[in-house]
Amino acid sequence: MKAFATIAWLVMRKDLTIEVRSREIVYTTLFFAVSCVLVFAFSFVRDGRALDDAAAGILWIAIAFAGTLALGRAFERERQSETLQALLLAPTDRPAIFTGKLLGLLILLGGVEIVLVPIVGLLFQAPIFARPMLLAFLLAAGTVGFVAVGTLFAAMLVRSKSRDVLLPVLLYPVTIPVIIAGVRGTAALFQAEVDEPMARLWITMLVAFDAVFVTLALWTFEPVMTE
Amino acid sequence: MTKLFVPAIALAAIMFAVAPWLINGAPYESTMGLVQKIFYFHLPSWFVMFTAVLTAGVAGAVHLFGRNARADRVALAAVEVAAVFGLIGLITGPLWARKAWGVWWQWDAKLTAALVLELILIAYMLLRRYGGPGSERLASGLAIFGMANVPFVYWAANLWRTVHPKPTVVPTLGPGMRGALWWCVAAFMLLGAAAFGARMRLERLRTEVDELYLED
Amino acid sequence: MDRIHTDRGLIEFDTLSFDDVSRRFGRRRALAHVTLECRAGEVIGLLGPNGAGKSTLLAIAATLMSPSTGAVRYGSLTARQAGGELRARIGLLAHDLYLYPELTAIENLEFFGRLYLLPDPRRRAEAALDRAGLASRAGEPVLAFSRGMRQRLALERALLHEPRLVLLDEPFTGLDDESSRRLIDRLSALRSGGAIVVVSTHDLEAVEGLVDRVAVLRDGRLAAVEQRPAALRDTYRRLV
Repeated sequence: MKAFATIAWLVMRKDLTIEVRSREIVYTTLFFAVSCVLVFAFSFVRDGRALDDAAAGILWIAIAFAGTLALGRAFERERQSETLQALLLAPTDRPAIFTGKLLGLLILLGGVEIVLVPIVGLLFQAPIFARPMLLAFLLAAGTVGFVAVGTLFAAMLVRSKSRDVLLPVLLYPVTIPVIIAGVRGTAALFQAEVDEPMARLWITMLVAFDAVFVTLALWTFEPVMTE
Repeated sequence: MTKLFVPAIALAAIMFAVAPWLINGAPYESTMGLVQKIFYFHLPSWFVMFTAVLTAGVAGAVHLFGRNARADRVALAAVEVAAVFGLIGLITGPLWARKAWGVWWQWDAKLTAALVLELILIAYMLLRRYGGPGSERLASGLAIFGMANVPFVYWAANLWRTVHPKPTVVPTLGPGMRGALWWCVAAFMLLGAAAFGARMRLERLRTEVDELYLED
Repeated sequence: MDRIHTDRGLIEFDTLSFDDVSRRFGRRRALAHVTLECRAGEVIGLLGPNGAGKSTLLAIAATLMSPSTGAVRYGSLTARQAGGELRARIGLLAHDLYLYPELTAIENLEFFGRLYLLPDPRRRAEAALDRAGLASRAGEPVLAFSRGMRQRLALERALLHEPRLVLLDEPFTGLDDESSRRLIDRLSALRSGGAIVVVSTHDLEAVEGLVDRVAVLRDGRLAAVEQRPAALRDTYRRLV
């Protein structure tokens, strides 16, 4: 158990060290997310006012698209020196490596969201501070689900042909429940009359999704990664 | 399997030929009248699709964890059968909705969940086709994730739609309808099983050809 | 002597055997019915033209891939039977060097040291850098290194955990004469230490005199296995 945590921490720290040095993924992902928000804003803002619930939808679409980009880039990096092979060659529990990568990507995407949410709040006059704790929890729960499935899929596609296009093809259908819950929950929190019980319901669903799919990912990581 | 194929298809053909009579003989449903009768093809399609999806998910798990090559063929055949019958359901659904409620798509929970599931099935096929060698294991992983996803999609779509009023999709089953319904379910299941068997055989032959090709 | 645990609780084995190993990728056959046994205290040269299957064979030996048919045994155990601990006894230096370009030399070695749960990883990393002659460049990111320097660093990474089975895929690429000589000395030392060393290479002159046996692969098959060939180049030309 201790070895598991040590290895996961080691892998996460390595990923974050590399990212801090180059800052490539965090800059490009953030920029892409903001561009996304703008592009969608032009579609959904009329007479200077956004359509109802547009802010929630745009936020989550930006997270999903930017997240997919970050996932692809992170594993492309591993592929270039085949270092993922080196990680699999180590005598450690393979799920520990998965966990390390997952944590690194969560922190990365979390950082992007911290910048993105205020921007969305600003552009759409969305009340992000009405229920900040619930909003934070909702975003966290949704991000965990999305990134868990995404990390597994991105890892398993690392040696496939057409991996760039196959990642979104596989990821989006499977994470639709996360998107639905995220958008509707956020919309409930952005309403003029905040619908707390509804938001809590969506959060419950996200937590259940996370529990099931993180477990599934840990379970299938080893067989799916060995050729 | 080959020996059963022709009788199975023949039987299914006969059952489908007889079906219109039975459907005609069944009583009209109270609110929707004639239009409701599409239900006799719509519901059995879903039955076959869900059975196939379950088969695919289980076979995927067996292939991935048990390294069973035959299970992989089962998963592939099941996914294709599920996709076809799902498509039938997704076509008959809107046809029905259009006539019954005036709109093609209502975003009701079941139909939405079915659409998402269909996307996952198509993603499976794309992965196998374009993923290159070794994508069988990845596809089995996807099959497992897809199957685990079904309850969540349904839950989410259902919860989403409670905010809006929704029409009842499942009609009340009157006594005279049951016979026709089960007849059609049996016919569809038979057709599905025959298609599955044929696809399994095709895949097995393909594997054998590959093996012969590589023989020394 | 097949499966004893040393005082560090590690698996030991004396032989690496390929038992009718075949490997295919879709319709492409990479290896066909390879049967070979490698013993401890021996250096085996793996020769063959490009595409003969050398890298695939090494990858299978490293447990990165499983054979389509046949079995690979470490002592008397297969990879699956031996479990994850087996990987602690295997060192692989592949074509792709498995180094993180953004990390410094010392960071790379320390990372792998910790990944392999080695005691005192920092000190080991420093010692390894000394051996590679890269101590002065310890704090530089690997992307600034030349190919030869990266090769030397990658070799140290592969040997950091003192593996029993050492697999090297074209290790002489990009090395100058001095480094080649140092590598040969290193491999000889490993052989004396009782390791099983399998080296695939094109550089016949470099391994002449180093290898105890030569296995020649062609189109995925084992064309020949020769014991201590006197003139390697002639042998190779004859067999390929």
